Order: sequence, then structure tokens, then C-alpha cells
Amino acid sequence: MTIQHDRSIGSDPTAPDGGSGGGGAGVGRRGFLGYVLAGSTLVVGADLSLGAPRAAAAIPSAPQIADLYDLEDLQTDSALATSQLITVTINPDSTANFQLPRMEVGQGIVTSTAMIIAEELGLPVSKVKVTLAPARPELVFNQLTGGSNSTFSTYTPIRVAAALARQQLMDAAAILFGTNADRLIATGGVVRDTLGNQATFGDLAVKAASSVVRAVEVQLRPESEFTVIGKPHNRTDARDAVTGEKKFAMDLDIPNALPTMVCRAPQHRGTPRGLRNRAEILRMPGVTHVAQVETGIAVRAQTFGQCIDAIRAMKVDWNPGPADGESDATILAELRRAELPLVVPKIPVGAKTVETDVVFAFRSSAALEPYCAVADVRPDSATVWAGLKVPILAQQNIALALGMSQDKVKVNVVMGGGSFGHKLFGDHAIEAAQVSRAMGVPVKLMWHRADEPRQGRLHPMCTSRVRATVAGGQVLTFEQRHTSVVTDFSHGLGEILTQTADELPTGLGGLGFSQSIFLLTQQLPYNFGLVTQLLNEVDDRFSTGSMRNIYSPDVAVAAELTVDKLAAAVGSDPVQFRLDFLKDERVRAALRTVAKHGKWGRRLPKGVAQGVAIHKEYKGCTAVLVELDCRPQTVKRDLGPETVTGPRVTKAVIAVDVGLVINPRGLEAQMQGGFMDGLALTLTSSCHLRDGRFLEASWDNYFYTRQWNVPPEVQVHIMESDSRTPGGAGEAAVGTSAAAVACAYARATGTTPSYLPINHGEISFRPKPFIPPVPQSPSNGLQRTN
Amino acid sequence: MPKQTFVLNGRTVTVDVADDVRLLWVLRDLLGVTGPKYGCGINVCKACTSHINGKAFNPCAVPVGKLKADDEVTTIEGLPGTSSGSGLHPMQRAWLENDVSQCGYCQPGQIMAAVALVKRLRREGRALRESDLDGIRNICRCGTYVRIREAIEQGAREMR
Repeated sequence: MTIQHDRSIGSDPTAPDGGSGGGGAGVGRRGFLGYVLAGSTLVVGADLSLGAPRAAAAIPSAPQIADLYDLEDLQTDSALATSQLITVTINPDSTANFQLPRMEVGQGIVTSTAMIIAEELGLPVSKVKVTLAPARPELVFNQLTGGSNSTFSTYTPIRVAAALARQQLMDAAAILFGTNADRLIATGGVVRDTLGNQATFGDLAVKAASSVVRAVEVQLRPESEFTVIGKPHNRTDARDAVTGEKKFAMDLDIPNALPTMVCRAPQHRGTPRGLRNRAEILRMPGVTHVAQVETGIAVRAQTFGQCIDAIRAMKVDWNPGPADGESDATILAELRRAELPLVVPKIPVGAKTVETDVVFAFRSSAALEPYCAVADVRPDSATVWAGLKVPILAQQNIALALGMSQDKVKVNVVMGGGSFGHKLFGDHAIEAAQVSRAMGVPVKLMWHRADEPRQGRLHPMCTSRVRATVAGGQVLTFEQRHTSVVTDFSHGLGEILTQTADELPTGLGGLGFSQSIFLLTQQLPYNFGLVTQLLNEVDDRFSTGSMRNIYSPDVAVAAELTVDKLAAAVGSDPVQFRLDFLKDERVRAALRTVAKHGKWGRRLPKGVAQGVAIHKEYKGCTAVLVELDCRPQTVKRDLGPETVTGPRVTKAVIAVDVGLVINPRGLEAQMQGGFMDGLALTLTSSCHLRDGRFLEASWDNYFYTRQWNVPPEVQVHIMESDSRTPGGAGEAAVGTSAAAVACAYARATGTTPSYLPINHGEISFRPKPFIPPVPQSPSNGLQRTN
Repeated sequence: MPKQTFVLNGRTVTVDVADDVRLLWVLRDLLGVTGPKYGCGINVCKACTSHINGKAFNPCAVPVGKLKADDEVTTIEGLPGTSSGSGLHPMQRAWLENDVSQCGYCQPGQIMAAVALVKRLRREGRALRESDLDGIRNICRCGTYVRIREAIEQGAREMR
């Protein structure tokens, strides 16, 4: 299927009236139905599907699918029929509790959610306690954290619940004081009348408690009265983080859940045949249990150090992995064979054609916190604690693996030490449950760092080709063909998509899931005549997943490199060319902002160049300008072993328009962090496949951005936006940043990169052994103090 | 089983554990001190950075048997106790004011590395340079590096 559009400009369809009522479940402008629930204190609820903006039905001209109806709409609509109540509880101490059915992995949604509740409730943010909900099967697919969807999908229902709580408290106070609610003032959790009467939210919560469930209409606070939303707020978990008190899965103290690790195969996804020296391993210091599971040989001991010792002593026979014999080169050849043809239609004589062809290596989505889960499996029940972005699916899979009914499996969601897509899957939780059952004791399962790039989820290797034609100063065609190793989307949405697809406004029905996600996320925001962007995927032998921003970074890099070539072909400046051809004023404004603050076009030494890129997705847009120093003295900086230096970005200027900003402090942080990811994607970080094995085994091989790669100057400009919808922030900067750095590299060196990251061709480390699969910890730490 | 004795966050502790078990696991798995994080186990990611006798070190790379009874080990939990004022260490306060943390996993190690860096510069009698910040090896996979740099500059001014 080919999605085409012409150069006609439609009105901006991406600004649904989401935050201000009018959503299907509302009852009028800012009027929504909420529920007062039965309880001994005030408990209010709102349907999680409230205010979900439906895709516009009447669009004057149909650009690409993602312009009309993107991944966020899909996720939101997928949840409509099945979502249930989320609740706010007012406690006797005048604090409020809320369990967020999403996962905090560093993106700041616990803080922004507390801000939204504080705004509507009239409590200080510090008195709003937001925790993560355990797996709630009744929410079905409304408990997936991904696609930068969290704030977009929860903003209105959370406001409704909080506003209803406030309304009920005010009504209770009015009865208590013998007055009308509109003559009362509430500040900081205390309600006062003009005569000096006062009562705390805590006092009133009991009076406002209901013995029956009632539906009540509630008005939301007008945006013009916001005092919390839109103001910078520091993270609510920051103190716990800087004192070491923040508990990750690995830090939990669950009785008898001793350290447990798995000895894994040398090849990617290889499996164990058997352990030859089981008795010897069981006699090792600290070791309590050994068990074979699907993924390897598990060992439980008093300390993780003793698990490492045991793994290193194991003599295991292995089956090869499914990619036995394959290497980067053979997979690339496979991708080349699968590439869909570029079919340029008849173009005028004299038209110029520009082409781009970029290969993107495998990359690891692993966070700094490796996969970790605690599991306590009993004969008739199981309890699991883990960082999980789709806990319901993990619960189902654990139940399946254990042969238990789903209601016997309790899944607790723990704040994650990063995710970047890595925790969409329950691999760690399922494995922990299997090991606990095999051993008959609770386990605290941790993956070794070496396990992560070698056996963990990867961003798939892919190629992205573009052919564009230009004549008479106009771009006539722009074709992009993205060919990728299969991206695993089995974490969910799939069944729901199948149901939803028939009703999609632009007829996505019938496409495979990957193609649908691709079309739902890709928006080429230029007037480039006939535009087609197509995906083809082959080879499902790898453990892959949606690394931060899924397809977009690679697609954006190839597209923006091509845009620079088009600008050159017509003799235009890269910024001016983009301004001339961009469809959307929001994107143009962001681009103008970075061009101005980044002093686009300023004179730079030979070997240093600026690069610029834009990206539009998730109901927002970003523009990035960088200056990249590719001079030999910079590229060859020697900062010691295990240190990849290379070209350095000396300045980065980022402009972002996400619509309604909940927390500008958090948004700025997401832009900064997203930039560091984009930088790594283009310059430094990748995995090398050789004979079915990935060579990388730790951070001294997998070169994620380090301080010596970080630009000394990073500016983030948050655009004033006309859109009142809170768009996604967690991924928005990644693709733009990767593309801007790639464009700067091409301009600084005169060579468009053809294989990314640029250092992938050189293996600048000695691969760690595969047998044993984990390295021993050094013992010279006291000689390396500083 | 050998008895291992050292000073942890101002108190003498004794643990029954073999000499070769790395200190990180003694702290985390046996003593329940979970501020120092595991990120690699081979002294590369620096997530476990703590102090020994006031200098930065990585407990993942130190067999516990190599500690002497009077070696003072300070983890993030003990950092506030090393500064003169009450409450948090100035570097922790700088971290809060700059809202550095995202997921927070690496931040105890980042803060301990930052404090040791400033102390080292004091010993060397020189001011913080850009190259000192470039040389920090602690990984932050959320990419909070920009705010880390800003917080260290502020914390350095406020450390006495």
C-alpha cells in the first residue's frame, strides 16, 4: 500500500480540542462526569477514557496518515471501550493519593501528574502522593507506557477526578459552615469562609465520604486560572534520588529473595542443553540453588558476586542461537534483498535526482539499571516486583508460563532505572518467575551488564533509502524506503489495533502491525510533491523492541540528509530551504528559533560546521541546530583507554513545541536527555554482530554518550504554542538531534555518512570472552582512587 | 568464614564473608546499603562510586578482604554526615536545585564522583575546568549530563 499526498496544504489537523472539553465522554464545555465512590473518606473517580480527542473526521486535504491520526490517537482510542476508573483519595491528613496506571522511568510523569492534581484540587504539589498502580487487568491496554502517550491520555481524566474531589470538599464545607460553596476560599488544603470558620481537606474528606456511588457533573478549572500547570517544578522524587533512598527493583528487601543470575549462551538467543558440573557449582561459597530454565542456567547465592563466580565456573553445553553464522554483513545483504524498489514516476526532462542511502547498525536499548525482577512463586500463587511498562501483559505471560490463572499472579510495578523502550517487555519478570518456580524459593533476579547488549532487546538494524527529484526550484517527488530487521511489538496493542483498524479514518486496516506503527508515526512535514514513506521488515530472529522513538530517528536522519542535498541542488541555504517548504507554521517557528539563537550561518573554522534538522511527531515538533567540530585535533582527543572521542558537538540549540506544557522544567530535561540519545545514535553507539554473537558486553564497548561527548553549550527553547493539547516529550528530541548531528557531519566533512553510527566500521575495543559469558570484577579498585 | 571489619558511614561494621567478595555486594546484599548501584561490575560505569578515606573509588572492584579495619567507606547514605552543616551535603542540594535526576539510578554515584572531584581540585589548589567535567566517567543513560555539569559548578562554589 502506498500513501501519497500532493503539495496542497491542509489546515493543521493536529490540534484537537482535547484539554477543554468536547471529548466524547464530557457533558459540555469543561463539564465532565465524575464519580463519588463509596468509602470511609472521600474517594472520587473518573473514567480514564475521558476527553480522548477523536481523530478529526473532516480534513480538507489528506496528507500522510500520521498528520490525521497518529500513534497517540491509536493508543488512546484503543483504550476507549475498556478503560475503567482512576481514583483520587483525600486522606485525613489533608494529603491526596493517586495511583498512576503508567510507569515512571525517569521521564517525569509522577511529577507532572502530581502537578495536574494539585492544580485542580488546590493542594500544594508536595501534598499529592502519586504512586504506580500494580497490574490492573481491567484496564486492558490502558496501562501501557510508551509512544510518549502518558500525559496526553491521562491529562483530562486526572483533572476531572481532582476537580470533583475539590467540588465535594467545598460542598461539605458549605454544609458545615451553613453557607454556599461559592462563598468559600480554599488554599493549601484549608477551606475558609468570610466569618473565620475553617476546616482542613482532611476533616472535610470524612464528611464528604459517600456510602453509595454517585455520578456527579464537574467543571474543570479554566486554563487562565492555572497556577501550577505550566510553571517549572522540580521532580517530586528528586530527594530520594540524591540521598540513595529511591528504591529500584534491585533495592527491594523481599524476605528470602536472594541474589540470582543466569549463565547465558554465547550466541544471541542461544539456549542451554545442560550443565555438566552441577554438584561442583552447588558446593561453591554462598550458592544455594541451581536450576536450568529456557534462557540458561540460573544460580542463586548469598551475594551477586558469588553468582558471578558460579556462572564463571559453570561448564554448560549450548545450542546455537537462531542467528548462528550471521554477521552485520550478511544481515545487511538480507536487508538489501528485501528493499522495496524506488519508483520515480515520469518527471520533466532536466529534473535533478538526489539519493540517500544510509545503513543503521543494531543498537542496545538497555538502561543503566539492567533487567531485574523479584519473584516469589508459591504452588498456588505468585508475586512479582519489576519495572514494567506493560504490567498487564507481563502478568498474563507470567500466568501462562506458570500455568496459573491470571488472578493468582500479583504484579507490582517498581520505578525503573530508565527504560528507553527496554522495559516494554516483561522478559525479566517472566524469567524471574520461572526461576523462582524451578528453585522453589523467592529470587532477586538480575541480568549482568554483559547480558544486556548480547541477549537483551535491540533496536533493529535497518537501511533507509531516499530518492527525491527537483526541478525549477520545486521538489516533485520524495520517496523513502525503510527496510528493517523485524521490530518486536508483541508487548501489546496488537489485538486492539486489529479491532480498531477497521474504523481508522484513513483506512489503515489490512496493514501489518509494524507497517501501521510506521505510518502512524512518520510525518514528513514538507511540501515535497509526491511523498511516499514505506516500511518493509524481514528476519524475526533477533530480540528487538521499540527503542526510544522507534523508527523515527533513523527515518529522520535519512530524510533530513536528503533535504540538505535538495537545498544544495537548488542552490538554497538549508534553513531557508526548509522554511520555504515546511507545511506547518509551528515547525517553521521552531526552526527560526534555533536558527536565531544558534546564529545560523556564522563563520566557523574549516572542519567545523553547523547542521540543522526538524521533526514533527506526537502532536508536537522540534528543531535542533548543532555545531560539530570534526577537526583532527578534536577527533583524535586521547582521554585514555575505553574512551571513544571522535567529532564533538560544541553547541546544541533545541526548540520544542509540545502544545500545552505541564512542567517546563521536566520538558527541558527530556529535550536535553533526548539530545544525548540522538548524539549517540549518529556518532558512537552500536552493536556489532559476528557469527551470531554480539561483541559488545559493557559500557566500555557500547559507547553511549559520555561527558567528553557532551556539548559544552546546550540551549532549550520552549515555544509558545497555540495547541492546548499536552503532546509527547519523552522521545521528541531524539530523531531531530540525530539528524542535525548527521547533517552537520556531512557539511563539516563534505561526505554524507552512509553507515551510522559513524564509528561502526571500526571496532575500538577488545571483545570480552563469550565463555564464560560474564567478566570477573576487577580487584584493583584501591589503586584507582581519585 | 573470615570476619571483615571496616568503618562504614562513620560506624565500625563487621561482616562474615569471604575475602574475595567485592565490597559492592557486601554493602548491597549483606548490609542492605543500596545507595551504590550496580551498572557493570567492572569499574566502567561508575554507578557504585563511593568514597574511601575521602577519595572516590568503586566498590565493585575492591575485594572486601583488602579493606583495613580503619578504612573509612562513605556511601551516598553517609555523605550528608561528612559536611559541616545539618541536612544534605551542598552537592546534594545543588543536585536538587538544578533538578538533575531523571530516573535517578546513576545519581548517587554521580554525586559521590562530583564531591571527590571538588576535593581533589582543592588538594591540587586549582579551580574547576571544563576538562575536569569532560573527564567524569560516570554514565547517565537518561543523558542528564548538562545539569550534572551545572550542579557540580554550583556545588563546588558551595562546598567549604
